[in-house]
Amino acid sequence: MKPFTVMPLEEANDLRHPSGSARFLAGGTNLVDLMKHQIETPDTLIDLSCWKSANTICEDEDQFLIGAMVSNTALAKFAYQHPSLSLLAQALLSGATVQLRNRATTAGNLLQRTRCYQFYDTTKPCNKREPGSGCSAIGSFNRIHAILGTSPHCIASHPSDMATAMTALDASVNTITPDGQTRSIPVRQLYKLPGDTPQVETWLQENELIVNVSIPKHSAGTQIYKKVRDRSSYAFALVSVACDMQLKDGIITDIRLAFGSVGPHPWHALSTETFLKGKTATTALFEEAAEVALSPAQGFGGNDYKIPMLKRTLIHVLQQVADHQSAQPGHQGAIYAR
Amino acid sequence: MPANSSKNTGAGDYTIGAPANRVDGPLKVQGKARYAAENQFDTKPLIAWQLGAPVASGTLTHIDTTRAEQQTGVHMVITHHNAPAQLPFGEPEDKGRFMQSRALLNDTRIRYAGFPIALVVADTLEQARYAASLIDFDIDADEVDLLEDPNEATVVPEDIDGGYDADASVGDTDHALKQAQTRLDVRYTTPSQVSAALEPHATIASYDGTTLQVHTSIQIISAAVQCIATTFKLEPDTIEIQSPYVGGGFGSKLGIHNDAILACMATLLLKKPVKIVMTRRQVFHNAPHRGHSTQFMSLGADNQGGLQAVQHHSFMPMARDYAFAEGSGVAARINYQAPAIDSQHRVKVVDSPMIDSVRAPGDAIGSLTFESAIDELAHQLGLDPLTFRQHNLALKHPITGADFSTNNLRECLDKGADSFGWHTRKKQQRGSKKTGFGVAVGMRMNIIVPAAASVSINQHGALTVDTDMTDIGTGTYTILSQIVADYFALPVSQVTVNLGNSRAPASCGSGGSFGASSCGTAVLNACEGLAASLCELAGVAMGTEQLNIEGDNLVLGDGQTRQQHALATLLSQQDNGTLSVTGEAAPDEGNEDYAQYSSAAHFAEVEVDTVTGEVRVLRQHGAFSAGRILNYKTAGSQLKGGMIWGTSYALFEDLQQDKRDGSFINCDFAEYHFAVNRDIGELTIEFIEEPDYKACKLGSKGIGELGITGAGAAIANAVFDATGVRVRDFPVTPDKVMLQL
Repeated sequence: MKPFTVMPLEEANDLRHPSGSARFLAGGTNLVDLMKHQIETPDTLIDLSCWKSANTICEDEDQFLIGAMVSNTALAKFAYQHPSLSLLAQALLSGATVQLRNRATTAGNLLQRTRCYQFYDTTKPCNKREPGSGCSAIGSFNRIHAILGTSPHCIASHPSDMATAMTALDASVNTITPDGQTRSIPVRQLYKLPGDTPQVETWLQENELIVNVSIPKHSAGTQIYKKVRDRSSYAFALVSVACDMQLKDGIITDIRLAFGSVGPHPWHALSTETFLKGKTATTALFEEAAEVALSPAQGFGGNDYKIPMLKRTLIHVLQQVADHQSAQPGHQGAIYAR
Repeated sequence: MPANSSKNTGAGDYTIGAPANRVDGPLKVQGKARYAAENQFDTKPLIAWQLGAPVASGTLTHIDTTRAEQQTGVHMVITHHNAPAQLPFGEPEDKGRFMQSRALLNDTRIRYAGFPIALVVADTLEQARYAASLIDFDIDADEVDLLEDPNEATVVPEDIDGGYDADASVGDTDHALKQAQTRLDVRYTTPSQVSAALEPHATIASYDGTTLQVHTSIQIISAAVQCIATTFKLEPDTIEIQSPYVGGGFGSKLGIHNDAILACMATLLLKKPVKIVMTRRQVFHNAPHRGHSTQFMSLGADNQGGLQAVQHHSFMPMARDYAFAEGSGVAARINYQAPAIDSQHRVKVVDSPMIDSVRAPGDAIGSLTFESAIDELAHQLGLDPLTFRQHNLALKHPITGADFSTNNLRECLDKGADSFGWHTRKKQQRGSKKTGFGVAVGMRMNIIVPAAASVSINQHGALTVDTDMTDIGTGTYTILSQIVADYFALPVSQVTVNLGNSRAPASCGSGGSFGASSCGTAVLNACEGLAASLCELAGVAMGTEQLNIEGDNLVLGDGQTRQQHALATLLSQQDNGTLSVTGEAAPDEGNEDYAQYSSAAHFAEVEVDTVTGEVRVLRQHGAFSAGRILNYKTAGSQLKGGMIWGTSYALFEDLQQDKRDGSFINCDFAEYHFAVNRDIGELTIEFIEEPDYKACKLGSKGIGELGITGAGAAIANAVFDATGVRVRDFPVTPDKVMLQL
């Protein structure tokens, strides 16, 4: 581990630029590992463990406001009690393990790094870790890698379940910079595509701090977070689908759709949403929607299977949600995938 | 602290077979059982970090450690320039592979990816690891040679693990296959796999100028002493190894590995305690793994469902400079009777990290594929896969014709099927999910390895076992306590078992499912010897009177013949007032003529998601016969652990190697998947118990590797039953199932 100094932060307004490179330490479930491997080598750790005000969830008429330091466990519990956040509860509870969820935070989860094997192996070229060194995942074993939004420089996937649900729910992050500037960024626009700078993963500026996450209180329908995985717990998704659909008289009146573990960031399926909205829910339509969703997809050998797997999963989820909306018009909340 | 120092085990638990709680359990759950890296010294051990080569083959042409040496806390950086003299790796050739030199940092050749090229010794782990990143080096890399096509494996290995011949056959298989009315030709593959014991390989070594003390995590202590002595050209009696608790070995700790060699090297130079704990990533490259396999099988049967021909040809990698080959075809030689059987093993020498034993070498992956192929043949014949198996069981060894010492495979299948409800099974569909059922069998060889142990009694009637045997989580402390308690009809709490110390009589160690029977027999013989010596001291001929220890008295006979001797008086002439007798065990002559096997019948029910291809195990049942069971609880735990591992082999474990550079890719527990708690459904076992006194004097047979043998195939066969999908490339992951749906 490269030597570093620690700068505790108690209030967001106290944020200042430290000298040299810095990283925020929240739950540490990802960052500490990365520091052990010397993949992350900050000069300063800005320790957020004393930032008490960021550990609360509140709500007003328009939104739920989730503090950056709220643990995944606490957020799952909260979301579980709110039908319109069911998607979030399902996603959180499908992620990691209880122990990890107790430590992992809301903001940290959004900013977790890829699980790309080659990113973690410091003996290998990796453009994300060492810009310009090359991508060793292309041409090697790349079963967990992305099929959407990749570039010739990086095919890493974003592994977060929670962020996929946040993307579907159209959450935004509220941030503050060391200069005291604040702004709000939709999660759907928080992340950058890898292009030729895969080391830059978000639009956040240096030392810009996520203060909380806002989820708008929109009307919700039936929600499914379907995660396909190798084992039933403690495994990242192979593919996942987050879906909220409202149906009226057989017509899809509203749909929110995001895919996990298939893109460099949680993938907002905007074109698929647009394609489905206002149409009559049928199996044929859902099959067509899957083709629309995956038309830009590209496999790299080991992850070719993700294209048919995501299509099948998507069709199945859409069908289930539509069936449930038809059977129980106006239903809001979870059903569990069968 | 002795393993059973908490003395919590209740009375009435003393007979062999009783499901006694682990005597070391309380210490373990309290964190008081000290594992290798947890030992405390007067001075805090220095911490060492090994720097691994980024390529799998080549020559180190330059290394500069100056910057690393200048870092705070760094005591020394060791490379081939300043390492102590060692015998070259693998010498002398005529010593067993666990006793040969395992030299490191003594030349410039890179043998595998992650191969240590420098060792940084510092005050803290973080300092050592950071300093290691500042070492400059150049490697002239060579082309990496791996086994990519099975046809490249053309070398006939000298022998196969377990003492088998590379090739074995009976009858004319080609002819029998041509004549067969039904024939199956299939190619199966299994991936590289690692033991991934929860406790990583770890050592603290301390040298005071005279004695080299080594606290390490090891399965066989006496071989480890020899190995360190050979490597550093030391006298074995200057080396003391302690390994009282081992957090899982599964074959990966049969021999010592880089942690121990490097820690010894550092302390020999620095004369201070030095600790090395491999990280999880390092374990993948610096400890042994199981090679991947390609297994071609041709099976032939007649229309009555009689198996007529079995051909099994196996192709696997063998690590350069390390002659270990595993017998993935052994299952095909023993599981069923057939007039023609042909089993071959071929290997190719590759630039891979060490390939060595992983739990049930040969059978774990051989049963996975062979029992899948048998299932395919049964379906092709239109027969119930259970019936087909029952119909073709071997009455004698199918190749040698030798009689079995005992063989209860038929009873395992019959009773297991009843308990599982095989005959009343009903496939179901729930939404997109379908259930299915599978069966498979396992036969695991039984061997006895020379072992010694002493049993002593003091003037207070306390009994103590001393042996360099290890308990790798299997329950050795408990069963040895039970054997002594059973013999002297005392509660387990009156017996202390000391394991894992190289100064004690040399045992077989743990491995190959031979530990309990071999060391247990040595302990039983020591008990008999001790009883004889006590009788002699009391002036009574052994066997004429019943012998009991009551408090601090030896009581001989009963009723009118009863005589009581104070142990203080009897033992007054003994050193420390303690009488100690060493017992030994060795393979019994004559009994080797019998085919000795433990047997297993596995049943599984799974649910497959026909949209995503995800497989979830609903229940597993195993019926096992392994001679006399020494402790129903610890034996059951081992078997259940093996069955869970079988699930992992069927569905999850898959170590991937980068064909471009020979490195392993998914080297952590996030991406090298094995079964977690939620993956395991209802898990039940039953024993078909029949003591086998041809196997050993205790009547027990090996169980450590029995649980996994056949377990995975039952799962894979259940996937086929549910969906009609047969995945011949293990593991059966969702992507592979989905693509066939």
